[in-house]
Amino acid sequence: MLEVTGFTKRFRGIAALDNVDFSLNEGEVHALLGENGAGKSTLINLIAGTFPWAEGVYRINGRTITSLTPQVAQEIGIAAVFQEFSLVPDLTVVENIFLGREQSSGLFLKRKQMRQAAAELLDSLGFHLPLDEKVAFLSRAQKQMVEIAKALRMRPKVLILDEPTASLTDGEAEKLFNAVALLKARGVGIIYVSHRMSEIRNLSDRVTVLRGGKKIGTVVTAEISDEGLIEMMVGRPVEQLFPKIEHKPGAVRLEVRDLTTEKHSVIGASFTARAGEVVGLAGLVGCGRSELCRAVFGLETIEAGTISLGDKPVERPTPTSMLAANVCYFPADRGSEGLALARSARENATMSSLDLPALSSGPVLKFWRETEAIKEPLGNLALRPMAPERRASAFSGGNQQKLMLARGLMKSFDVYLFDEPTVGIDVGAKADVYNLIKSLVEAGASVVVSTSELPELINLASRVYVMHEGKIVAELAQHELSEAQVLSHYFGGHA
Amino acid sequence: MSSETATMTVANAPSHRASRLDRFLMQGGIVITFLVVAVVATALIEPRFLNRLNLLNVMRNFALLLIPSLAQMLVMTAGGFDLSVGAVVAATSVVTAAVMLVGSIYFPGMELALIIASLVIALGVGALVGLVNAGLVSIFSLSPFMVTLAMMSVLMGIALYFTQGIPIYGVVDSFVANVGRGQFLSLPIVLWVALGVLAACIIMQRFTALGRHIYAVGSDQRSARLSGVATSRTLIAAYMLAGLLAALTGFLMTSRLGSGQSTIGGTLALETIAAAVIGGVSLRGGVGRAELVALAALFLSVIANAMNLVQVDSKYQTLVLGAVLIVALAIERLLLRKRQA
Repeated sequence: MLEVTGFTKRFRGIAALDNVDFSLNEGEVHALLGENGAGKSTLINLIAGTFPWAEGVYRINGRTITSLTPQVAQEIGIAAVFQEFSLVPDLTVVENIFLGREQSSGLFLKRKQMRQAAAELLDSLGFHLPLDEKVAFLSRAQKQMVEIAKALRMRPKVLILDEPTASLTDGEAEKLFNAVALLKARGVGIIYVSHRMSEIRNLSDRVTVLRGGKKIGTVVTAEISDEGLIEMMVGRPVEQLFPKIEHKPGAVRLEVRDLTTEKHSVIGASFTARAGEVVGLAGLVGCGRSELCRAVFGLETIEAGTISLGDKPVERPTPTSMLAANVCYFPADRGSEGLALARSARENATMSSLDLPALSSGPVLKFWRETEAIKEPLGNLALRPMAPERRASAFSGGNQQKLMLARGLMKSFDVYLFDEPTVGIDVGAKADVYNLIKSLVEAGASVVVSTSELPELINLASRVYVMHEGKIVAELAQHELSEAQVLSHYFGGHA
Repeated sequence: MSSETATMTVANAPSHRASRLDRFLMQGGIVITFLVVAVVATALIEPRFLNRLNLLNVMRNFALLLIPSLAQMLVMTAGGFDLSVGAVVAATSVVTAAVMLVGSIYFPGMELALIIASLVIALGVGALVGLVNAGLVSIFSLSPFMVTLAMMSVLMGIALYFTQGIPIYGVVDSFVANVGRGQFLSLPIVLWVALGVLAACIIMQRFTALGRHIYAVGSDQRSARLSGVATSRTLIAAYMLAGLLAALTGFLMTSRLGSGQSTIGGTLALETIAAAVIGGVSLRGGVGRAELVALAALFLSVIANAMNLVQVDSKYQTLVLGAVLIVALAIERLLLRKRQA
């Protein structure tokens, strides 16, 4: 039904997608698998008409298409649900479902008919939503449901789902799977992007694996093992991506007791991190593990509980006091919380170390020392290109992440908090980040990693805490660590 | 916030008592309270307020504030600002008077035709300004604030250059008599026009696709575009409608003043933004209802009149306007924070 051949797309000369073939049959679920940056989102964006492709042939129902916009794509029956929603916060659920496709008679909207149609559509999917509530006041899972309903308002022939279960609970995901089965039975072709092996196995008929913008292969799901898929995806056996870390748990460096944040994003959380070990925080997006790190670093208001460093209690953590106490935090959102994107790599790397005697005396910066001082940390991280005067925004995601990490290397900290250290960066940069974590831990630091990538925790951590709805629901030791073990606690821990 | 608590909050909100009060306040309660307090207080302090002639005066001023405030609301709900609204009023006032002055030399006695011609030309000027504003905002993605600020400067410059700051007399007599001072069912014509515009705005916002698209573009332009909304066309419509309404204001003001003046409308940008914001229009776009903006414009007209009646110096009047605006903004922000918490 849908077929693309030789698809290529370049961004600023770099091929994000290189000569990829992909096809989709009626009533088929075709999964797309690959690491971040493998080209999955580029491919689905090209198919959905978000931006034009450079080379390749696009055919749907035997028709060859030469150019596409999101509007035209919708008209020929291609609908997409991206991770970034296309919902308007100040309009209601009904208004959003019909946005851009309003039904009118003459000048006036058919408001009753649209409300009725939206109710029926949501009902047929088994989604229960307040029809007249503004989308701004819905939870992320509810927004996801609205987005899916919106994609289906046009009765598409092709539906693209980009990690649709990333923010859903078990029950909600189940409803989604039912909806997928229903659509499949109606003959809708579905392109399904997911990281979760179990979903791919249960839902999909075929899997296409991408790596580094290239197609590695398309296989029938039933004919390949999970290990086989992972190897196709990573390109090397998993062990080579992750360094072997020698954990030597020593004295307690960070102890958190019954911590509750003012917004109740974290409720009564207790954990410890020792010198010479990597402690993992696992859980769904929004489970509170990011907020826990932020609270420790003084970025969330704390309602109750205590934080101690070594045996010294910390009264009111602020980023300044925590940095002074040798705690270093790397935020998940590099763009808005980490880097000054318009400033040079050099200034970004030294930003939080300007008070070190090596770099200043009193209010005067020793700017002539700065270039020298950043050479080693940036070298260790293998910054590419090694151009300290370049604006931070001109580096790739992985190298921006290295600039952030360089800050933590300007002096040696006791505790490092990493929030999603490898989101949106390529495999090579990931390996660099893992090696950095290894060298920090083996030098005796205490490292806390909050991440949604389970393989990271399983391969790097000596202990993992699993969080669910703000609470820590499980603590797993290294020998208990497996994807299934950790996942079983994701939804409250009774599985 | 976890998904479960979010669901609960949404489901419980209507039955919760405190949040019902919040909802009332969010949806216009503030401006209704302000208006009632202002009217009652003024009537108690200064009984002349209720005098028929004074009320007619309030109505006329209200009408001439309401129309440009609705213009401001349209642009603001679409996610922009229109600082040029006052300058368009001044420019179209000059245009209206100039068309009548020149026209009555060539076509003496054809008063009705001249009035219609000047209206059409003034509206054309307003629409053109709106089109240019929208074009700069949407094609070059310039900040609406800067575009309309520059436009204000350009228009004021042109208007002052042509008139040298001197009022243009020679406006057709029947224009002043029938439009400016005219009444229908013992209410000013300008008030009827303003109420007609208000009704049209309410219908447009609630019952047409254009109204919904303006909200969508103002609330989240990227999402609106991905949903298939023609965002540039929607912005152009919003700015052009605003230009038309500002031009209509210039036309009506000329009929009240009996001359075309390049110096009017200087404070209108501030006053219309004040009316819009007190009426609940969000500075970030996507939120705002014409009927509440009308109540806010009425409120501002009442306090302006009250201050005139008790002979408050005009210097202090702008001070009061600024203070009222800050109080209204602070209350709105507090309520929003409460709702989001």
